[in-house]
Amino acid sequence: MEEFSVGTFLAVFEEMFGPWLFWAMVAVAALITVAYLYVLIRDHGMGMRRFLLAQLSMPIGAVAAVAFVMWITNSRMADIGGPIDWIVLLGVAVLGAGGFSILVYVAQSLIRGKREEDLI
Amino acid sequence: MTPYLDPSLAAASRRGFLGIAAGGLAYAAAPGHAQAEVSTNARIAILGAGAGGIAIANRLVERLDGARITLVDGKTEHWYQPGLTLIAAGLRPGDYARSQNASWLPRGVDWVQEYATEIDPEAQVVRTTGGQRLEYDYLIVSTGLVLDWDAVEGFDLDRVGPETGTGAHYAGPDAAVKTWAAMDAFTDRGGHALFSRPATEMKCAGAPIKYCFLTDDYLRRKGTRDGSHITYAAHSGILFGVPVINEKVVLIMRRQEVEVCHHHVLQSVDMDRKRATFRTQDGTTDIDYDFFNVIPPQRAPQVVRDSGLSWEERWTDQGWIEVDMHTLRHARYPNVFGIGDINGVPKGKTAASVKFHLPVVEDHLVAQIQGREGTLSYNGYTSCPLITRVGRAMLIEFDYQDNLVPSFPGIVAPLEELWISWLMKEVALKATYNAMLRGRA
Ligand SMILES: Cc1cc2nc3c(=O)[nH]c(=O)nc-3n(C[C@H](O)[C@H](O)[C@H](O)COP(=O)(O)OP(=O)(O)OC[C@H]3O[C@@H](n4cnc5c(N)ncnc54)[C@H](O)[C@@H]3O)c2cc1C
Repeated sequence: MEEFSVGTFLAVFEEMFGPWLFWAMVAVAALITVAYLYVLIRDHGMGMRRFLLAQLSMPIGAVAAVAFVMWITNSRMADIGGPIDWIVLLGVAVLGAGGFSILVYVAQSLIRGKREEDLI
Repeated sequence: MTPYLDPSLAAASRRGFLGIAAGGLAYAAAPGHAQAEVSTNARIAILGAGAGGIAIANRLVERLDGARITLVDGKTEHWYQPGLTLIAAGLRPGDYARSQNASWLPRGVDWVQEYATEIDPEAQVVRTTGGQRLEYDYLIVSTGLVLDWDAVEGFDLDRVGPETGTGAHYAGPDAAVKTWAAMDAFTDRGGHALFSRPATEMKCAGAPIKYCFLTDDYLRRKGTRDGSHITYAAHSGILFGVPVINEKVVLIMRRQEVEVCHHHVLQSVDMDRKRATFRTQDGTTDIDYDFFNVIPPQRAPQVVRDSGLSWEERWTDQGWIEVDMHTLRHARYPNVFGIGDINGVPKGKTAASVKFHLPVVEDHLVAQIQGREGTLSYNGYTSCPLITRVGRAMLIEFDYQDNLVPSFPGIVAPLEELWISWLMKEVALKATYNAMLRGRA
């Protein structure tokens, strides 16, 4: 059943975003993750200044993720009707915040290159 | 892996799944196939390749080794009917509900692309439009129901659309697209919107109500609700057969300022004058409309009604087959089973019910082949995400006893209008329906 659950889980997301968009998003997420690992290994640690900016960008990611999910599901904030809705929405926001902060961190690291002084 | 042991186990596994992901996903997490294959050379005929027919074919192919399974259906296109509501609300294109039957069918099933014209349960023979004669040892009737458009005098399906202000979203993807065109044009201007449901049993009894609320929502979004009027003409004294849900629907109708009139059964419609005539308790009454979504009476296909499989004393004008309400086995022909809308049981004309019919019929059929008794029982499970506007729905699920049987008790409240329940209808339902067709849910 585990194998099956994952299959259905993927099917629901394919349904939600359309197969092309969904797999493109998965590919982008995978790319960013790989790039993140790459800069961590390359720099032997995290850059604190970059990390700070990444953290500051989190709200943007959260809002963007929520707006995107609302748009794709033909919904509005006013449709949030009960506790479970808020929990799901919060989950979306957390994912968006986390994902976007990693993106921002990776982007800075790749653009600026290796900067020893910033590392811990 | 949980085999089909007992429904409470299934429910437990459904709930457990919620830990991983909220949503209609849980439907799909019901137990899969773990049983050993059973060897047999039984001939099994399945009539109808809709939600029930395709799904049971897939399951039996997995479960039985050597069985000769024949699926009879002249329709090559498969329709995901719950999607018709979304199409008629302009949220999905017509193709959303369409797929090819061939793409769902497993190898090892013989598909006769013809309709059944005669069923003889005494001789155990089915005849088809192409003149084929099929002998069977076991018969599964899953022909769904027919929409009796002729019973609505003056109605012409070809004229559905903005010109006549008439919709018919039950009729299929094309009609649903035209229904949206009519509803869209109507809600741009406003006016009088009319909704009704037939006095027969019907598939997805919540669908007429959903469509009423969706139209109300579009009027409000477009700023035309103030000058408009909405009438919901109910066929009986209530709006929904389950009392607790009925109360809730009454309250929402009141809140949305929908005028409800009771004991109105649609008789005829004048599509040029935009006038519907209803039979009421004291005669007939005419209602003029600017937009009217017509849903006709629903009955068993004629071939089923002529076969002797129908109830003799119940639903005599509709012809649903006489199956035991818990085993779905025919009362007079023990080698005949029913799945889906065709069953003469008090509840259960939804795709969600089909999902719960499947393991029961599989269990009893396979047990019979093995010479033992089946154990599973269908409890009347019926579900219908009752949309109250674009973005919100109530996930109502109930059984024969009118109990609410929520899949996610304590998490998704059945009588609350929630965004999560909307997501289940809008995005999770089709994925789980497709998994059901493949025999995996
Ligand atoms: C507008 C609308 C909204 C709905 N919304 C929901 C919802 O939100 N949730 C939900 O769970 N359900 C919903 N449903 C109900 C759901 O679609 C049906 O209950 C389900 O499809 C029933 O499956 P079935 O296999 O019994 O019949 P069907 O899926 O209708 O299939 C019947 C098949 O039998 C074939 N057939 C007919 N006569 C013959 C013959 N003589 N010989 C051979 N084959 C024949 C037909 O060609 C067809 O392919 C909705 C339905 C509609 C119309």
